[in-house]
Amino acid sequence: LKTRQGITEKIDTLLKSYKKIDEEFLEELEEILIMSDVGMDTTLKIMDKLREKINDRKISETSEVKEVLKEVMIEFLTTSKDSSLNISPSPAIILVIGVNGVGKTTSIGKIAYNLKSQGKKVLLAAGDTFRAAAIDQLKVWGERIGVNVVHQSEGSDPGAVVFDAIQAAKARKIDVLICDTAGRLHNKKNLMNELSKIFKIIDREYPEAKREVLLVLDATTGQNAIQQAKTFKEAANITGIVLTKLDGTAKGGVILGITSELDVPVKLIGIGEGKEDLQPFEPEEFIEALLSEN
Amino acid sequence: MIFEGLAEKLQNTFKKLKGKGKLSEKDVKAAMREVKLALLEADVNYKVVKNFINKITQRSIGHEVLESLTPGQQVIKIVNEELTNLMGTTQSKINFASKPPTIIMLVGLQGAGKTTTGGKLGGLLKKMGKRPLLVACDVYRPAAIKQLHVVGEKLDIPVFSMGDKVNPVNIAKAGIEHAKKYGNDVVIIDTAGRLHIDEKLMDELKNIKSEVNPHEILLVVDAMTGQDAVNVAETFNSQLGIDGVILTKLDGDTRGGAALSVRAVTDKPIKYIGVGEKLSDLEPFYPDRMASRILGMGDILSLIEKA
Ligand SMILES: Nc1nc2c(ncn2[C@@H]2O[C@H](COP(=O)(O)OP(=O)(O)OP(=O)(O)O)[C@@H](O)[C@H]2O)c(=O)[nH]1
Ligand SMILES: Nc1nc2c(ncn2[C@@H]2O[C@H](COP(=O)(O)OP(=O)(O)OP(=O)(O)O)[C@@H](O)[C@H]2O)c(=O)[nH]1
Ligand SMILES: [Mg+2]
Ligand SMILES: [Mg+2]
Repeated sequence: LKTRQGITEKIDTLLKSYKKIDEEFLEELEEILIMSDVGMDTTLKIMDKLREKINDRKISETSEVKEVLKEVMIEFLTTSKDSSLNISPSPAIILVIGVNGVGKTTSIGKIAYNLKSQGKKVLLAAGDTFRAAAIDQLKVWGERIGVNVVHQSEGSDPGAVVFDAIQAAKARKIDVLICDTAGRLHNKKNLMNELSKIFKIIDREYPEAKREVLLVLDATTGQNAIQQAKTFKEAANITGIVLTKLDGTAKGGVILGITSELDVPVKLIGIGEGKEDLQPFEPEEFIEALLSEN
Repeated sequence: MIFEGLAEKLQNTFKKLKGKGKLSEKDVKAAMREVKLALLEADVNYKVVKNFINKITQRSIGHEVLESLTPGQQVIKIVNEELTNLMGTTQSKINFASKPPTIIMLVGLQGAGKTTTGGKLGGLLKKMGKRPLLVACDVYRPAAIKQLHVVGEKLDIPVFSMGDKVNPVNIAKAGIEHAKKYGNDVVIIDTAGRLHIDEKLMDELKNIKSEVNPHEILLVVDAMTGQDAVNVAETFNSQLGIDGVILTKLDGDTRGGAALSVRAVTDKPIKYIGVGEKLSDLEPFYPDRMASRILGMGDILSLIEKA
């Protein structure tokens, strides 16, 4: 990650202050995980696995623990799914969803920029017709990266916008159509139902398109993210996660429980507000950063 | 409801405590472990939880408590007291300047809800008979200025902006001049979202502060924030000296732990809570009611008080 290179200071300090593995040492490890938003449940699961491996391998030196811990954590981040975007062969449609303010619109700008740089023809759909100036925000992004935006006016039906955008994508032989949606809290039934309407339109109008449904999660979010992921998965069959705002000091540890439980891979991470601040997710690097100081 | 999960767990723990006639140190410790897990599950910061539990444990394993006739209830009473301490006791309002305009500056991380909350707050103050002005100092986020204009229009509140090519410090100053000229008695300054570790942007806030001397610097915090809430709040507070907090998105099934963490590390009150996307979805925060609501003990408490 850009701001937190390599070294796992926090854990290294801990390793230096304990030679032998004892309960106190394991408790301190636990603490590091909890402080990184891994959450109690997942932390306990990770610690159980860690203890098991330590016993099996008859490890007694703390110096060997770090590698084992990383190994366990990577298992939690590993899913049975491919972590690259499922968008070829063309055409493809990417629907971007999530709760309010997590970074959906910004991530769309970055993804579109990235795909365009790879030579793909990209089109954006301003499916957030609810939030004040959400359409303008996407239009500014479109101008910034040189990608067209299909939009209607504020307050219009998001399904209609997606419908229009699909027709435009077909007519203009677009490779990837990316649809923005309004932020919605997962516990609001009517807003979640609105998503299924959009899916019906895609099913009907664009069955030939490869489909990617990205859930955007804010790394600053705590245990609530688990509920977000579960509910959005039920409503929308998400195929990948974009974890944003990893350029702050939040560790995004909650993602470990989410990927392992829901078997949905993190595909991309956001590390800033600029068009280039998007990276593929690297589990190793992510864990290094999670175990590091600040 | 905010703290729903936490409330449920704590109440279960306390049922067990109350059921026991006599308590041992071991019973108290077991109960405290449950309280600790419940708080962590609710995203209260680990260090805040540790402190909190230590205090309660110490107070609870004293002789007066364990040897009292109703030790279980005594422990619950202590938890309630400490929880109330942690939340703060009285509702805090906006401090209006003796000589208007009152200047309110909203700051916080990206996407926390500053712009929306600025509108909501303006709406609330307008209802109180004030004449607020919204000032658009976010020159970075695409269409942030437009967003504030749309919000202002919906509420019929004027918005002052100078485009995105002018320094936010100058916009703030000009906004206040504008307010003075047009008789706006409250100025609400919307600032760009920023990371607390972004020195350049934090300096910008300091500059706005020293130029316009806001009466209220309010930190807007997303209620879904996890462990990092303390770092964010601590840094914003130490760099700017915040006067209070507005907690947003409490309409989610949010655990609300950030509320406790932020208050614990800054000792600054939560003044308002955002409970929806609509511009009327802002409420004053009543901390005293919150603690007993969490413990679900309106009636238990009055019983204990009588005992
Ligand atoms: N530091 C940082 N900020 C980000 C990142 N991604 C998005 N943001 C910022 O977060 C804020 C919210 O981003 P948006 O893209 O508007 O979020 P959204 O999910 O579309 O929000 P709504 O449509 O209102 O629900 C903006 O200020 C973005 O610039 C990131 O990776 N790092
Ligand atoms: N459900 C709900 N949504 C909220 C609340 N407050 C704000 N929002 C939403 O959160 C998202 C972000 O709000 P903004 O006001 O744009 O946040 P901001 O802090 O100004 O964002 P930046 O300027 O990008 O840093 C928007 O979709 C708002 O509608 C709330 O109390 N409840
Ligand atoms: Mg958006
Ligand atoms: Mg804003």
